[in-house]
Amino acid sequence: MKHLSVNHLLGINELSQEDIQLIFHMADSFNEVLNRPIKKVPTLRDVTVANLFFESSTRTKISFELAEKRLSADIVNFAANLSSLSKGESLIDTVNNILAMRVDVVVLRHPNPGAAYFLSKNVDSVIINAGDGCHEHPSQALLDSYSIQQKLGSIKNKKILIVGDIKHSRVALSNILCLQKLGAKVRVCGPSTLIPKFLTNMNVEVSFDIKDSLKWCDVANILRIQIERQNLNFFPSSREYAMLFGVNKKILDNINKDILILHPGPINRGVEVTSDVVDSNKSIILDQVSNGVAIRMAILYLLSAKMKSKY
Amino acid sequence: MSNIKKIILDHSQLNLTINRLCFEIIENHISNIENSVLVGMQPRGINLAARIHQILEKNTRKKIKNGNLDTTFFRDDFRRREDILIPKKTSIDFTLESKNIILIDDVLYTGRSVRSALDALISFGRPKSVELLVLIDRRFSRELPIQPKYIGKSIDVIENEYVVVSWEDTEPTVTLLNEQI
Repeated sequence: MKHLSVNHLLGINELSQEDIQLIFHMADSFNEVLNRPIKKVPTLRDVTVANLFFESSTRTKISFELAEKRLSADIVNFAANLSSLSKGESLIDTVNNILAMRVDVVVLRHPNPGAAYFLSKNVDSVIINAGDGCHEHPSQALLDSYSIQQKLGSIKNKKILIVGDIKHSRVALSNILCLQKLGAKVRVCGPSTLIPKFLTNMNVEVSFDIKDSLKWCDVANILRIQIERQNLNFFPSSREYAMLFGVNKKILDNINKDILILHPGPINRGVEVTSDVVDSNKSIILDQVSNGVAIRMAILYLLSAKMKSKY
Repeated sequence: MSNIKKIILDHSQLNLTINRLCFEIIENHISNIENSVLVGMQPRGINLAARIHQILEKNTRKKIKNGNLDTTFFRDDFRRREDILIPKKTSIDFTLESKNIILIDDVLYTGRSVRSALDALISFGRPKSVELLVLIDRRFSRELPIQPKYIGKSIDVIENEYVVVSWEDTEPTVTLLNEQI
């Protein structure tokens, strides 16, 4: 079997369809491992991973950390607010100092788009992008597509709707790229102020009508409304957003069609989606979280397999 | 196949050998066979385990558990090979806690796969005992202190020769090949 075509996971853009299917195949095996009484395997016991989070994160960080621990890797954690960054140190100096302690893999979350790419060109270790600004969040897109494939059997020719703040969402961009590579038809829906113009060049349908879009789709991936960006007034109020673009049980009941509901979290219940949808049997939000660990184990395994042995 | 050097076990000999192995298991386990489980090693041990499972259930008229174990994540050659190690399916949907395990593979060579299987088994509980059953034991090529309890046939083979059991045939045989196919 062939290795991944890439040495780092910087974005979905660099991956081939075969790479994505290889990651999914490995994730199946790791899902089985995660169901064992003892969920740990010794595969990466000689690998050290640094989780560098220059931006806050809950589930991505925990998910990566758990994946690393399940594979027996050694871990160092770094949070920007507690580091020398506040004393004026540059990104490359911080990372070089950590690498001088012989770290093999860096999992990087950073507010600037391209930060992971920059690191991959300047340091000698494997870089995994865990979100770089508004650019990409590849592991999230992979686990979303994997969760859909797990439920529907295949993604090819499926109609996938992405709802919400597309403009600021790295999850949206990575999802669009990943779904299209796997042969899905993608549509986005949200306030016009939050839909970037470049989407039309990416062969993505754009709609401003949530009811029509839900009727069209097989799967709806509902993104978080980024309340922290609300002072920029992309839409008048959360209440108005909920009325125009919120997904609730009443709309879904009227459509009378089986639609899978995904959400990358954290959820603003009652804004982009109501509790009765989140907690319904149509929602695979918790499957996404469980699959996240398996997908990240697969990524770590496949990228580590390409590193030279130290012996 | 031009590279066949010789047939080690033809189809009827293979059947006899498998039957004998089954009776050896019954002899040792009959007093408490409900507590015994079969575990076939991926990729090639699972076929032998399935055959043995069928014969044991028929002869003892008892339900015996049978699982498949992949050892990829426990191997000692990760990052030491050119190709990537892709696992096969593990299906052990029962606990191995306090069970007497019969670990089954078709050909025993260096012993490294069995070493990784012993580690992998512990993820499913602490077994009471583990015994190793192999159809073909390639003597004098062990790299680790691993010794099977049940042996179909022991053979002496040089390094560049390969033993293959043709499970996919309707009448499987065991053959010695000059090179790997």
